[in-house]
Amino acid sequence: MLNRVLIAEDLYLLRDGLVHLLQAHGFTVVGAVESGPDLHQALIELRPDVSIVDVRLPPTFTDEGLQAALAARKVVPGLPILVLSQHVEQLYARELLADGSGAIGYLLKDRVFNAEQFIDAVRRVAEGGTMMDPEVIAKLLASNARHEPLGRLTPREREVLEAMAEGRSNAAIAQRLYLSDSAVAKHTASIFAKLDLAPSDDDNRRVLAVLTYLNAASR
Amino acid sequence: MLRKVGRGLVILAMITVELPLILATALTLILAFGLGLVPLYPPLVRLVRRTAGVTRRQVTKWCGVEIEDPYLPPPPPPIPQADGLYRYDRTLYKTPRIPMWNARWKWMFADPATWRDFLWLLLDPLVKLALALPFLFLAPHALHAYGKWAAFLLAPTAKSKLVGQVVRLNVVRSQAVDSQAAEMRRIERDLHDGAQARLVALGLTLGAVDQLVDTNPVAAKALLNKAMETSSEALAELRRVVRGIHPPVLAERGIGDAVRALALDSPLKVTVELDLPHRPQPPVEAAIYFAVSELLSNAARHGSADQVTIDISHRGRMLCVTVMDDGLGGADPSKGSGLRGIERRLAAFDGVIALMSPPGGPTTVSMSVPDALPEEYAGGSSRLPRWKSAIVVVGWSLGWLPLFPQGVVAGVFKAFNIDEHEKAWFLALYLSPPWQWPTIILMMCLGVAMYGAALYIPLQHSAERWMAEAHPRRPWFEKC
Repeated sequence: MLNRVLIAEDLYLLRDGLVHLLQAHGFTVVGAVESGPDLHQALIELRPDVSIVDVRLPPTFTDEGLQAALAARKVVPGLPILVLSQHVEQLYARELLADGSGAIGYLLKDRVFNAEQFIDAVRRVAEGGTMMDPEVIAKLLASNARHEPLGRLTPREREVLEAMAEGRSNAAIAQRLYLSDSAVAKHTASIFAKLDLAPSDDDNRRVLAVLTYLNAASR
Repeated sequence: MLRKVGRGLVILAMITVELPLILATALTLILAFGLGLVPLYPPLVRLVRRTAGVTRRQVTKWCGVEIEDPYLPPPPPPIPQADGLYRYDRTLYKTPRIPMWNARWKWMFADPATWRDFLWLLLDPLVKLALALPFLFLAPHALHAYGKWAAFLLAPTAKSKLVGQVVRLNVVRSQAVDSQAAEMRRIERDLHDGAQARLVALGLTLGAVDQLVDTNPVAAKALLNKAMETSSEALAELRRVVRGIHPPVLAERGIGDAVRALALDSPLKVTVELDLPHRPQPPVEAAIYFAVSELLSNAARHGSADQVTIDISHRGRMLCVTVMDDGLGGADPSKGSGLRGIERRLAAFDGVIALMSPPGGPTTVSMSVPDALPEEYAGGSSRLPRWKSAIVVVGWSLGWLPLFPQGVVAGVFKAFNIDEHEKAWFLALYLSPPWQWPTIILMMCLGVAMYGAALYIPLQHSAERWMAEAHPRRPWFEKC
């Protein structure tokens, strides 16, 4: 059971709320830090199963949390980290996904309101999944609609890929798009083929598909 | 050569205009100030200014001496008060005519440049006559000499330049304050109509939940869901407002990554090239960010462009940004308010924007903001080279040695024959007598030269800065 969580958040109320929420759902909070340097140290020393990190942290109140997370993942590749922020940027999403090892999440802070979905997201990231906020996905769609290789996808396949980038399983995608499980499986296979992803472990391919999606038109 | 002689002759020929004008001026001044026919004064000033203007243009074009207009900017048209009357000093007028006339009269009379023009007009024929022969036989030198003379009285003084600058700064300041106020109003409206309204709705919904929670838990739950939705919407609204005030990426990462984030969000294919050693000042960063954002959305909306290249670099302390797209071109700044807005925003930092958009494309927009980077990125231009600094240091620290002990004091000793046998450490007194005086004088010259060099090198090096910081003291004759 992957349930050792580290929380990095400088606002006391939110930090406390997160601790209670996670404890109520059976997680063990191994640490709650409130500054960038502390976070970096804790990530490397404690190696939590999943960390929930706010982008903006003291002392500089810029992107301290993001930098600490990226630095820690250089030392410990694939360290699961869920980044929370008041705003989402494609730029940051790309930086988080750049190493291609998955186990990364990037969500708006509002998503904490829906406890079930949030806990689900935390679990997925802990298991090595990729969770992108729907708003990131929407921005990506808006800006990459015209470019290859996503241009090759049918609108339906695009919807499936979008849901995949949000970290949903095939079953969840089927439920959301009102499709049968087999139809979703067919769409995902077709997406993998169109994005030239060699057959391999399905989870890994899902991450790669999302990466292709994010790096569309490889600017 | 022949052409230069021709030009000299044309300048000489102006005497035929100047002589009648001098007579007219004398007559008008007597009539205007002696007999009170004041209305004759403004036409005279206009005539003299026109003549001086012709000479300025001739000199700038032919003599290689650039002369700008020195006049103060004309007064703005009078603005009616709330009751529709026009006020000038303590008198109210029904029409703007008299206040306008008064203001223009004051403008013409009080401007020192007017009186410098009169003085020039009076003396110019004499100078021209004196230069008549050189104009024929030494045309290039004579032209240059005439240019210097004309610049002496017709060029702007330090004072008038400063006044012009103050007027321009006033305009820029009021624009900056206006746009700031407009921005504040927009933010207030956005918050009032958006987040604030949603928070009120949220409070109402929660109040309803409070009433229902015991009697009808199902309805209460539905309302709670709605409340959560509303709070999400309020947050989204706030995010949008914050982005309009100061985008978070800009605060977190600076102009480079902020522009990259813009590039990623744009539907176009955008390449960003960045060469900055340091972040510019935050207000400049914000202005440039919003300018680039505006230009990108312009390119996407009007130019039917596919590719955009954004280049951010620096020249010394100046920040240079170029945005180029491969669209259809033909952009016209007079049509949209976007480019005007950028221009106003940049003007607050003395920045300028240049647009090149021939029909058929491509469209290139260059923006530059001087002094946007910290002092240490000034580049080599403003700092003294090491050897020059060495001369300055040696001059200041050792100049006294040849000048006083070896020069002046030795000279006094020699002149008054003080203490014949005690030569002390005066080098000159150890030499044979014919060499003593020359050595003493040489020492004095050396000392003066060392001090002179130490003073002159920094002055000459930063001449431009020195001029800019100089205060006008004798504005009538002091040239800038």
